[in-house]
Amino acid sequence: MLLITCPHCGARDENEFSCGGQAHIARPGPPEAVGDAEWARYLFERDNPKGMHFERWVHRHGCGQWFNVARDTVTHEIKAIYGALEPKPDLP
Amino acid sequence: MSGFRLAQGGAIDRDRRLHFRFNGELLMGFSGDTLASALLANGVSTIARSFKYHRRRGIYAAGAEEPNAIVTIGQGDRASPNLKATQVPLYDGLVATSVNCWPSVEFDLGALASLVGRFLPAGFYYKTFMRPDWHLFEPWIRRAAGLGQAPRVDDADRYDHAHAHCDVLVVGAGPSGLAAALAASRSGARVILADDQPGFGGRLLSDGGAIDDAPAQAWLDTAQAELGAAGHVTLLKRTNVFGYYDHNLLGAYEEIALPGSPSGDSRPAGRLWHIRAGRVVLATGAFERPLVFGANDLPGVMLASAVRSYVARYAVAPGQRAIVATNNDDAYRTALALLDAGVEIACIVDARSGVESALVRAVRARGVKISSGSHLGRALGSRYVTGAEIQRLGGGTRRIDADVIAVSGGWNPAVHLFCQSGGRLAFDAQRAAFVPSVSVQAERSAGASAGRFALGAALEQGSMAGFWAAKRETSSVAVAHATDIAETPLTPLWEIKGGGKAWVDLQSDVTADDVRLAVRENYVSVEHLKRYTTLGMASDQGKTSNVNGLAILAAATGREIASVGTTRFRPPYDPIPIGAVAGRKRGALYHPRLTLPMRDWHEANGAVFEDYGSWSRPAAYPRGRETLDDAIQREARHVRLAVGIFDGSPLGKIEVEGPDAAIFVDRLYVGAMSTLPVGRVRYGLMLTEHGIVTDDGVCARLAPERFLVGTSSAAASRMAAVMEEWLQGEWPNLRVFATPVTHQWDVITLTGPRARDLIAALGTDIDLGKAAFPHMAWRAGRIAGVSARVLRVSFTGELSYEINVAVRAAAELWARIVAAGQAFDLMPFGVESLMTLRIEKGYVHVGSETDGTSVPDDIGMGGAIARKASDFIGRRSLLRAEATRADRNQLVGLIPEDRTARLQAGAHLLGEGARDGSEGFVTSACWSPTLDHAVALGLLRRGRTRKGERVIVFDDGREIPARVVEPCFIDSKGARLDV
Repeated sequence: MLLITCPHCGARDENEFSCGGQAHIARPGPPEAVGDAEWARYLFERDNPKGMHFERWVHRHGCGQWFNVARDTVTHEIKAIYGALEPKPDLP
Repeated sequence: MSGFRLAQGGAIDRDRRLHFRFNGELLMGFSGDTLASALLANGVSTIARSFKYHRRRGIYAAGAEEPNAIVTIGQGDRASPNLKATQVPLYDGLVATSVNCWPSVEFDLGALASLVGRFLPAGFYYKTFMRPDWHLFEPWIRRAAGLGQAPRVDDADRYDHAHAHCDVLVVGAGPSGLAAALAASRSGARVILADDQPGFGGRLLSDGGAIDDAPAQAWLDTAQAELGAAGHVTLLKRTNVFGYYDHNLLGAYEEIALPGSPSGDSRPAGRLWHIRAGRVVLATGAFERPLVFGANDLPGVMLASAVRSYVARYAVAPGQRAIVATNNDDAYRTALALLDAGVEIACIVDARSGVESALVRAVRARGVKISSGSHLGRALGSRYVTGAEIQRLGGGTRRIDADVIAVSGGWNPAVHLFCQSGGRLAFDAQRAAFVPSVSVQAERSAGASAGRFALGAALEQGSMAGFWAAKRETSSVAVAHATDIAETPLTPLWEIKGGGKAWVDLQSDVTADDVRLAVRENYVSVEHLKRYTTLGMASDQGKTSNVNGLAILAAATGREIASVGTTRFRPPYDPIPIGAVAGRKRGALYHPRLTLPMRDWHEANGAVFEDYGSWSRPAAYPRGRETLDDAIQREARHVRLAVGIFDGSPLGKIEVEGPDAAIFVDRLYVGAMSTLPVGRVRYGLMLTEHGIVTDDGVCARLAPERFLVGTSSAAASRMAAVMEEWLQGEWPNLRVFATPVTHQWDVITLTGPRARDLIAALGTDIDLGKAAFPHMAWRAGRIAGVSARVLRVSFTGELSYEINVAVRAAAELWARIVAAGQAFDLMPFGVESLMTLRIEKGYVHVGSETDGTSVPDDIGMGGAIARKASDFIGRRSLLRAEATRADRNQLVGLIPEDRTARLQAGAHLLGEGARDGSEGFVTSACWSPTLDHAVALGLLRRGRTRKGERVIVFDDGREIPARVVEPCFIDSKGARLDV
């Protein structure tokens, strides 16, 4: 079970949080300007890396804030935690 | 084999005799014994029958690696099957029975399996018992499979959970673990030290030795005293650290009560620990490797280290005349221990030649015959060991009499937790063992589990690991020392051939030939070997068989052991009860329930409660000898005739407030909400981004910048979370707050033709007139003196007022309503009655009339979309081809042609005539009290174009003709609401 450091509450067990999947996915719009392929990509296409994954988490059973996490999918090491609206950080 | 109790020695308490039963026979032991040591002392040799061939099995080891001595402890609801006798502490009154044998372990009919053994090699069930139909054989193969019997009653034991945090977790309290714990403790770190034994000391308890120039026991006593007195150290005994998870979270199971004990013991059976550690020291020790030779499964063949454990710790000699077979120096310690106990050594069979190390010379000096360069080819005896056949390197064999054979093939570090943590192993050729190599998490191994088998080396490495764990670079703190004697390295010896069937995995009954059979079948990956042969899959999890097995696999496939590798290690390291994982979350605590503020009133008035999502709510209020169905019909009928009272508190309520509130609700709903006037209420649908209906509810505009969004009871917290996700992630610039207030408001629904009259009789400052307070509007004021917000919305189709009051005022208002209601024949009704009423009206229930594919048009609500220009969640997905397909399932009503027939939700709908398979299904059904026949809603392909058609409702084999009608059976024009 991961130990996740909520930016607002500090280090808490993973079961206080809910994962929202891949981060930094822009919602295309307006609807009339979006083709089927682009909308399908937004709905369904996700990265599946063996390594660094940038994902969204929410402190569901805590402060309720969303934030982003850079996590290694192999070692589960959390390399960065940053705000929901911040850009993807440069990581080695 | 004839084990016996030694007259002196051992850590048992000879003043406390204990009586116990084994297979009904009354036997005697001492406090401090394990069941295994007591059985050995009583001369019991056959403990169980093996899994497949039903061969006799005796005690093999002294700890968690025991493959043979599987027993059931206790009886009835306290029975614990499949425990290892080596891990069961003896207590007075203990009852133990053998497993996998009938009628008894001595005379077992299953032994006939040995006669057909050649038809039962590894994986036999993939080839045999197939024709004519494998189902014929399945029942008795299933009965034959497995070891113990699972109890047939609920586990009466209680299990607790505990959560702990520490700076340093030390797993294992042998010499290296204790050294690590002392170093960390003296450095000021908060330490948890856990060991699976009832007493700390690990191998010190059986091997003794000298630490800091004094007997090891003295050091052990001082170390325990120091750690026990330290307030920042937690000591856990009888604790199996079974799993290493992410971020240094480890799971441990602490046994508290005695296994299988009668109900007199009121303690919980055990405690499951969730331990989050800053750093971990793994001092988990090592397991001795068996030798693989002919008939090596006979009772009387034991691990050499286990033999000296029984002598030193329990004062039990496993036999009177021993053979020690080895490829290393360590087994000579067993020879010395046996000699000191007065047991005769028939000979030492050492695979190596020309060894002149200190241990070997010490044994030779005692006059023991050492056969160098020799292998033990075969154990002799039918029910237990009576001797052995020794192979000489130069050729030829020799027979030697003995009643116990102590074997040692070297040592395997216990790397289970290390591997679970993600660490990678390396194969140490000199030790012929897998050792920890690359750590991934903040942990270090020390002592035997790191391949440092010698005492001095183990203590030093343990101390260093302890300082590292406590984040101390240097240590001016004293550490323990021991001087190690030089030992001659081992010669790897994975298999001795020529002696007949040789066992690799004793518990799974897997032989060396089975490994080669797997290779012939091309199962050459170590993971395939495991699953094809079941090697390593029993309750000992291959602790004495995995490495031998993969080494034989390597030889059979011409590969290096390092490249074969090990199978994946998974928790639990040693079995734990499933009840321990559940803890207290059983029975009433399994599923947390939300209870209504007015629950006591409902209960007092005869409510029958059901679970609706997370809520416990009244289904109906049966009176007298009514059935639930009778009550539902009575309540629903009464609502249409007079007035009913319903507890609608679980309905979701979310206040959306701010300058951009109107923009936000427009993005949330399918229909326009920003145009809703203050004081009015509008029904709305909410979609997922995939265009699927996710919830519905009414929205009330409380003020220009304030909306009360209603959700279904089940979706209340989910929709609030959805709102937050969109506001925080996608539309952070919207100036709006979404605040869930579901649990702040109690909702008292009064519905029926007399509802208005009842409220008027209660006294209110709200103008209840039709024009002043129309349907789909809300008003605030006082009812019976209590401040309330009232919404005129209806889920029953009758005149309806949902009275929202603060929860703290609910009881008072409810009581006043019920008192005044007597004059109006007010009747409480439950959720089932509500469902009957709404089905009659064709009001959809998201999750019944909709599923994971439903779009608004399916349930007849596609019209609002064309009238709305702005974007909303899911809008783009409604333009997909799938969402606009002409032959989608659409909401219809159904009435059976036979007016006495009943319809069931879930029944399929088939077209008349040509049957192309299911064309839809019944989504909701009820017996209409108003019409006195069954009515149903359903989703039917192209349903809206098929009004008047006859379809077949296919319900579990029955075919019921029904007519497709409008999905509304009562008052389709809504006249009953237009009052």
